[in-house]
Amino acid sequence: MSVMNMVESINDALDIKLKEDSSIVLYGEDAGVEGGVFRITSNLQKKYGEERVFDSPLAESGIVGTAVGMAVAGLRPIVEIQFSGFVYPAFNQIVTHVARMRNRTRGKYSVPMVIRMPFGGGIKALEHHSESPEALFAHIPGLKVVIPSTPYDAKGLLISAIESNDPILFLEPKRLYRAIKQEVPEDKYTLSLGKANVLATGEDITVVTYGAVVRDVQKALAFANKSGISVELIDLRTIYPIDRKTIADSVNKTGRFLGVTEAAATGSIISELITIVNEEAFLRLEAPPRRLTGFDTVMPLPQGEHHYMPNPERIFYEIQQLIKF
Amino acid sequence: MFIKKDEISVPKFQIMDEKGTILEKERFALIEEKVLIEGLKRILFARTVDLQIVSYQRQGRMYTYPPNIGQEAIAVAAGMVLEKEDWLVPAYREMAAWLAKGVTLFELFQYWGGHDQGMALKQAHNMLPVSIPIASQLLHATGIGYAIKLKKQKNVVIAFCGDGGTSEGDFHEALNFASVWKVPVIFIVQNNGYAISCPFTRQTGAQNVALKSVAYGITGLQVDGNDFSAMYTSLKEVVGRARKGEGPFLLEAVTYRLGAHTTSDDPSKYRSIEEEKQWQEKDPLKRLSMYLTKKKKWSAQQEEKLVQQYKKKIEKDFKEFESSKSYDVHDCFNHLYSEIPEDLKAQQTHYEQFLQAKGVQK
Repeated sequence: MSVMNMVESINDALDIKLKEDSSIVLYGEDAGVEGGVFRITSNLQKKYGEERVFDSPLAESGIVGTAVGMAVAGLRPIVEIQFSGFVYPAFNQIVTHVARMRNRTRGKYSVPMVIRMPFGGGIKALEHHSESPEALFAHIPGLKVVIPSTPYDAKGLLISAIESNDPILFLEPKRLYRAIKQEVPEDKYTLSLGKANVLATGEDITVVTYGAVVRDVQKALAFANKSGISVELIDLRTIYPIDRKTIADSVNKTGRFLGVTEAAATGSIISELITIVNEEAFLRLEAPPRRLTGFDTVMPLPQGEHHYMPNPERIFYEIQQLIKF
Repeated sequence: MFIKKDEISVPKFQIMDEKGTILEKERFALIEEKVLIEGLKRILFARTVDLQIVSYQRQGRMYTYPPNIGQEAIAVAAGMVLEKEDWLVPAYREMAAWLAKGVTLFELFQYWGGHDQGMALKQAHNMLPVSIPIASQLLHATGIGYAIKLKKQKNVVIAFCGDGGTSEGDFHEALNFASVWKVPVIFIVQNNGYAISCPFTRQTGAQNVALKSVAYGITGLQVDGNDFSAMYTSLKEVVGRARKGEGPFLLEAVTYRLGAHTTSDDPSKYRSIEEEKQWQEKDPLKRLSMYLTKKKKWSAQQEEKLVQQYKKKIEKDFKEFESSKSYDVHDCFNHLYSEIPEDLKAQQTHYEQFLQAKGVQK
């Protein structure tokens, strides 16, 4: 075990896989010499050489599109999009090729690749540096979308993502990059994709979230516990495919559901979760399922982001409303 | 102080002109006669398949189809220079090259007849599937080129797009990445004058496509795409040089789409009969057959006989396709992921239960 933050644990996962599998290449804007703007890929070029770890020209469609070709030709590319807000030029490649190549060729060509990108708010950044576009990807058949919430999860989930034969969008909650440290095994380990993690068991209400918001809910839990409300907290870890069973079992036990995300409300992952709750636990519900999300507005610049992002106080407020219903 | 953009010379490489006259005798002498005959046969085969598919489509037996007619020499030449381990990255109008890579007529019919199985590429080796989003496939070619280079292999990639494709951002990104990475990729732009209805002059303010290579720092050339001998010679050379690490290359093949963009298109809306007639005179099939007929290596009778042979094979395979038509529920679900996610499996099961309840055969 060694104590790592998420930057270090992701770097460690990349390091382990680059060492183990010579078909892996890693590239992106500033990902080589500098180690990326968040230093996630620090020292990897020194260790594995410029042919395998390198800076790409500044073009997101180019980064993802060339990775499709590499994957078809037998490499396993890991590419970095500098911020999720800049992924849109690559959206065409992701939707029309990354997600479909396997289906289009009836399984002849799979495109094992990981597209990593930091996402989410809370770091007081410029426009386009704080959004949460994950639902856009979860909507696309052919992709899997993974979001870690701790250094431990990040390492295990990323290794699973790299080893997957399907293309994975790996969204990193940048607010957590250096916010938490925890004991992380130095050796290789994997965590199942598509499997949620029950972080706290409880009897009165189920709260489901993912990514950086997990921490906010954990803080809200402290308030809830003081008020004698027993909360079950589920971290999705993977937003597609969603672990339907874990959610269904939990809501069938508690009878109440709150989903929390900092993404905009309409068409969010939480909307999907509420559908699952209705399909699987409708008759058990003690209160209408509820969501706490970002607004259907543009993410404000830093001075306004506290209005937009769910915080522990607001989460606790919604929990109370559901209990009182 | 300024770059003299109009003074950069872009010669159009031609060996045999429209009348079958040889302009570049030394280069022409290097092409074996059997290559010319093989080239002509392949053009004729692609032409025959093309016309048959259009005819089936008109009879309501096929779906939307983009005809190749008039442009076949380009894809035929590409198919003839590619070696087994070389990669082909198609757009959608280079059928003769797919056939060379091992795509079967049956698969062609399946694909244009609306079955996903048509792009399974069962026998085609190192070929990507059709790519309909314009120019997006060029990036895949660059990526394959990178993999070839990393693995220290000697293979090359030939990638296709059209003149419309050169306006897309992915065209720029693919050429730029390819130039930085110095990959063994040959980008062929089939400039057939129109992107659906939009003429080349509305596509770019540049004089031509080949010129764009200069700005990317890669070697470019413009070739008469209706001159099989010029296409074959130039591709032979650039493929050889790419194998030696001198890639990438940008090759503009100047041609004309004698047919419609697809079977849903009506070219009379945007171009004149006179223009079409002029280009019919430059038809690659006519040109090569005229030359070889003069040399007594080809004849109208021989051509007719071959067409009949080809038609027989086409009709046989088409019948086989028509009798094989069925789309299983599994075909929708089975190939998206390496393992079907549980939720997706549940969707399939739910649908199958409906079919069962209705007594429908899945």
